[in-house]
Amino acid sequence: MTVLEQPGAYRPTPPPGWQPRVEAAPLLPDAEPYRLLGTAAAADISPDLLIRLHRELVRGRRYNAQATALTRQGRLAVYPSSTGQEACQVAAGLVLEDRDWLFPSYRDTLAAVARGLDPVDALTLLRGDWHSGYDPHEHRVAPLCTPLATQLPHAVGLAHAARLKGDDVVALALVGDGGTSEGDFHEALNFAAVWRAPVVFLVQNNGFAISVPLAKQTAAPSLAHKAVGYGMPGRLVDGNDVAAVHQVLAEAVRRARGGGGPTLVEAVTYRIEAHTNADDATRYRPDSEVEAWQAHDPIALLEDAMRDRRLLDDEGVRAARESAERLAADLRTRMHQDAVLDPMELFEHVYADRTSQLREQAAQLRAELDAEADDSGKGE
Amino acid sequence: MTTAIGADTARKPATMAQALGRALRDAMAADPSVHVLGEDVGTLGGVFRITDGLAKEFGEDRCTDTPLAEAGILGTAVGMAMYGLRPVVEMQFDAFAYPSFEQLISHVSRMRNRTRGAMPMPITVRVPYGGGIGGVEHHSDSSEIYYMATPGLHVVAPATVADAYGLLRAAIASDDPVIFLEPKRLYWSKADWSADAPEQVPPIGRAVVRRPATGGRRSATLISYGPSVPVCLEAAEAARAEGWDLEVVDLRSLVPFDDDTVCASVRRTGRAVVVHEATGFGGPGGEIAARVTERCFHHLEAPVLRVAGFDIPYPPPMLERHHLPGVDRVLDAVARLQWESEWTEGSAV
Repeated sequence: MTVLEQPGAYRPTPPPGWQPRVEAAPLLPDAEPYRLLGTAAAADISPDLLIRLHRELVRGRRYNAQATALTRQGRLAVYPSSTGQEACQVAAGLVLEDRDWLFPSYRDTLAAVARGLDPVDALTLLRGDWHSGYDPHEHRVAPLCTPLATQLPHAVGLAHAARLKGDDVVALALVGDGGTSEGDFHEALNFAAVWRAPVVFLVQNNGFAISVPLAKQTAAPSLAHKAVGYGMPGRLVDGNDVAAVHQVLAEAVRRARGGGGPTLVEAVTYRIEAHTNADDATRYRPDSEVEAWQAHDPIALLEDAMRDRRLLDDEGVRAARESAERLAADLRTRMHQDAVLDPMELFEHVYADRTSQLREQAAQLRAELDAEADDSGKGE
Repeated sequence: MTTAIGADTARKPATMAQALGRALRDAMAADPSVHVLGEDVGTLGGVFRITDGLAKEFGEDRCTDTPLAEAGILGTAVGMAMYGLRPVVEMQFDAFAYPSFEQLISHVSRMRNRTRGAMPMPITVRVPYGGGIGGVEHHSDSSEIYYMATPGLHVVAPATVADAYGLLRAAIASDDPVIFLEPKRLYWSKADWSADAPEQVPPIGRAVVRRPATGGRRSATLISYGPSVPVCLEAAEAARAEGWDLEVVDLRSLVPFDDDTVCASVRRTGRAVVVHEATGFGGPGGEIAARVTERCFHHLEAPVLRVAGFDIPYPPPMLERHHLPGVDRVLDAVARLQWESEWTEGSAV
């Protein structure tokens, strides 16, 4: 037995001035993911909220399917589907007030749409016509972020700035399980906790970072456990239970708005589709695993609970599906229209004022475009 | 800025460090959205004391000691800029900025572009840079080429006390991100300067002829910026004894690059040497020499030469004097500009 293994032998008295700064116990997540649907507590959820969540879930599932189809038709360069994760997306999109900000990653188009973004504008990055198709200030949705976890410090800085200005604005930042391994995840959580910034971090743990399973990503008991080391509470929730995710996020948002500081929420969910259309998920996971998660479908969980409370009948399901079909039809029509792009806009937004170098290059492209136009004119 | 009657506006010796500190103070006083953040910038006043007194005067919310994390410092500055603030970030030493490069390159530099102008990034990144102060490893890098190679960033470096103040005020006022390279070894250089009536300097993007050629027959332009400008001025004085009439152009701004001022000078003198501390291979001098050659080829009497640091990782302080381009190395290059006579000798063989 080494000295360190002997009970009480290691540091029997603390060094001068040492004391724990925060009691760890309240920060620890529950041992099991929090569930609400199917429990007695589900009876207290407002019917309006459930109906709204249901409508958005059904629309979200259809949106994912339509966007995936558009990749096969060559209308989208790529689409990272959130099928199976719609509960996280919808809860994140609906939980914030208008003045709050959402910081999505590339898989979080649906959260942005649920927040009110135009479904076509939300896809411009993935369509490849411009990097971001919307004004982030309009719906207070930051541009979809492709590098992993780099949007998290942005959320912290924005929330911090808002508080310095005296505004009670909260930022909700989304990240995947793979993103929690990045340095920016650590730095963002650390800054947020030290500054007590009004931020909520939602980790959508969908099981895989492309092909790498969670067990190869982290040795932590859960991703929510990571919160303790930063001095913020960690919450573990069933990511397919839309009511539970919404409730846990709403509590975290309230806490942040009230000056209580940041919260880390881990939603345990599953990516039913491959990482993107370029990925072959059969290489790294068995069909039986996918099927088990399909049996824990977020829409089915909600519909069962709503039918139990007589908040949903066949007519309600039909109405939600019709709304979803209208969304998909609108998306199809508009995405099949060819984008009209002005190549001269390439030089428009690099700097507030063009440099002389960019003025020269713009003139060069202008001349090339004019020559092209002349050539095609001669052909007629 | 209004000046009270009877205020002391006399020019007195001031250091570049003092001018930089004054620029931060005046910018914060003029605009409440200006926030300073970084490691040690608050209570300590920065390891070079540039931010000394700011936390006391403006409060810790305006001049904030952050956790030690450069990606976090710049990443949170992005969010602050999104909400309408003007963050001024301090990277303690040049090589300490590298952890923040992903934020800089993936977000700061292109946020305006990817949002089609909706989300500008008025962030100033102050980087104490370059060698010559006896710093140990990772304290003396010249990283300007990394910044220059990233569209969306402005890159500036002052060489005078007046420019230190004027360029920093301009950088903070800019709606675009500015990498503000502070030549560490010029922090304690002095000039007569008045903090109460700072002189107007040309804007970002304009180069300045620090020493004009007088029209001598053997003339050349030394093109430089930041810590190498005083070296060039000294070399130009020394070259008079050799019969050389040298013009010194201080670029002040690497991005945007002032082709007009540089090429006008080279057309006058017919020869050019680019001088900087950064490595020569793939360094800023290659870009500058190419630009000059493309635009002034028929005016050139000799190839554009580069005097740069060696292509080595920054050396330990006991050897750095052998690495840094000094007056002698500049003069050697000037001597090699006598292309015509070399050509004649070569032909005679």
